[in-house]
Amino acid sequence: MTQYIIRRLLQMIPITFGILTLVFSLIHLIPGDPAAQIAGEGARPEDIVAVRKALGLDQPLGTQYVNYLVRIAHGDLGKSFHTGDPVVQAIRERYPATIQLALGAMFVALLVAFPLGIISAIYRNSWIDNVARFFALIGVSMPSFFFGPLLIIAFAINHEWFPVSGREAGWRSLVLPSLTMGLALAAILTRMIRVSLAEELNQLYVTTAIAKGVTRAKAIFRHALKNALIPVITVIALQFGSLLTGAIITEQIFSWPGLGRLLIQSINTRDYPQVQASILVIALTYIMVNFASDLLYGVVDPRIKLE
Amino acid sequence: MKRLLRNFAFTAGAILTIVLILVAIAAPLISPFDPNAQDTFRRLEPPSKQHLLGLDDLGRDVLSRILFGARVSLRVGFSVVILASVIGITLGAMAGYFGGMVDTIVMRITDILLAFPGILLAIALVAVLGPSLNNVILALATIGWVGYARLVRGQVLKVREMEFVTAAKALGARSPRVIVRHVLPNVINPVIVMATLGLAGAILAEAALSFLGLGVQPPTPSWGAMLTAGRRYLGLANHLAIYPGIAIMLAVMGLNFLGDGLIDALDPKYRKMLT
Repeated sequence: MTQYIIRRLLQMIPITFGILTLVFSLIHLIPGDPAAQIAGEGARPEDIVAVRKALGLDQPLGTQYVNYLVRIAHGDLGKSFHTGDPVVQAIRERYPATIQLALGAMFVALLVAFPLGIISAIYRNSWIDNVARFFALIGVSMPSFFFGPLLIIAFAINHEWFPVSGREAGWRSLVLPSLTMGLALAAILTRMIRVSLAEELNQLYVTTAIAKGVTRAKAIFRHALKNALIPVITVIALQFGSLLTGAIITEQIFSWPGLGRLLIQSINTRDYPQVQASILVIALTYIMVNFASDLLYGVVDPRIKLE
Repeated sequence: MKRLLRNFAFTAGAILTIVLILVAIAAPLISPFDPNAQDTFRRLEPPSKQHLLGLDDLGRDVLSRILFGARVSLRVGFSVVILASVIGITLGAMAGYFGGMVDTIVMRITDILLAFPGILLAIALVAVLGPSLNNVILALATIGWVGYARLVRGQVLKVREMEFVTAAKALGARSPRVIVRHVLPNVINPVIVMATLGLAGAILAEAALSFLGLGVQPPTPSWGAMLTAGRRYLGLANHLAIYPGIAIMLAVMGLNFLGDGLIDALDPKYRKMLT
């Protein structure tokens, strides 16, 4: 296992450098003179010079890159143009809200997908299965920025059960954003659990177990489900990473004060250090989650370690 | 073709897609009103006989804006798919066929781009390049080519060892000719499926970026931007958010159905290759 972890860690090094380089280059992709663009229209020449100096854009590119890496290694992601505070501060404040939302969505997805996926695998091609498949289809085709407003109309405006936006009402604030983000994931997982379990139910060991007198329920839940869940567990872990990026849109719909909303707000105010830092943190969390899901895969399916 | 038509998903998807394309082409002819004509005295008016889907926050006809919005969606969709597939096929074919250094470089770039969440990279690019239709296309193509490159490379690796390729080389055919005439025709089917699903993805991504205010700029009608405006008037004028949402959903569903149907009809193995 140690060897497997080391191998995966080594594979992550070039990817992390790639992401750092991509985020570093962002500011240089700004058309024209980045400093002039950042300073905004009507900026005085001395303002532009000040911005250029503040961002280190007056240095040669190589020096800028090395300085950037050194700063990142020290946990210094720069200062916000807007507030003057270190950008890390805003990220630290917003990060828990995004994680909370992602966990909420995951909870919703699991709550829906497990029973629905298992039932439709057991009763394949029955009306329940058809309903589950239809639900899965709607789930993957309905964008969150449409589903979210529909939920707001139904449960926050027509019935005032949950707040329209914000995070102030405790767990009640979390319900609609979690449902919005959880639906698509529930659809994916339902389909996966169904396919995976149906495949296992066709295996000879299930038939053998039943022939030897094990009850059908026991054969399904004790034997087949265990094996069927192996691929599902890794998808769940992998999808947690996608939830972090999905949160960018959902947070915007519900004015949820997370990292995604911070990113969009900073883009609108052209607060580039904050934009870069937010993107970097989301991307790094995403690859860390993917790394963790790879490790998990190695644990639940030992064959993977040998590949 | 008969087998394709028997496939319900394919038929439903094909009908929805054809309607979408026809609507986009015929928008100026079938739109009841100018999509940008404002009647501020009647803003937020609910659906009526005259305005079937109502009026928006500036008093513009929602139906006309949705019809014209189909043009934006398809323009982005097709541009992204064409750009991404041309870049992806070229690089993927070169990587697979030549191997060595070319392969290593192309594959390492795809590794990094795949490790970066797609929509985040698109947001980042549009954030620095500035929000506009062309920059949305550029950003989505930048993340989109990777899938084609990986797919084509994998297929080329398989095909290049086959006898007909060796035969073509033995007869003196040069690399570009071998790739274009002998290798690519053998990988075109999964690419078509990927392009169909990619069209749905691009339409959805454009709507998402426009919803975030990073896509098409006003007054150009875009379904995503219409939803953003609609979000502000939830409870007061729900039709502003509901109808553009339905339009996005039908378009995406149609193309997904079409792609899914194509997989079943051409080769169910593609499902695994494309995921």
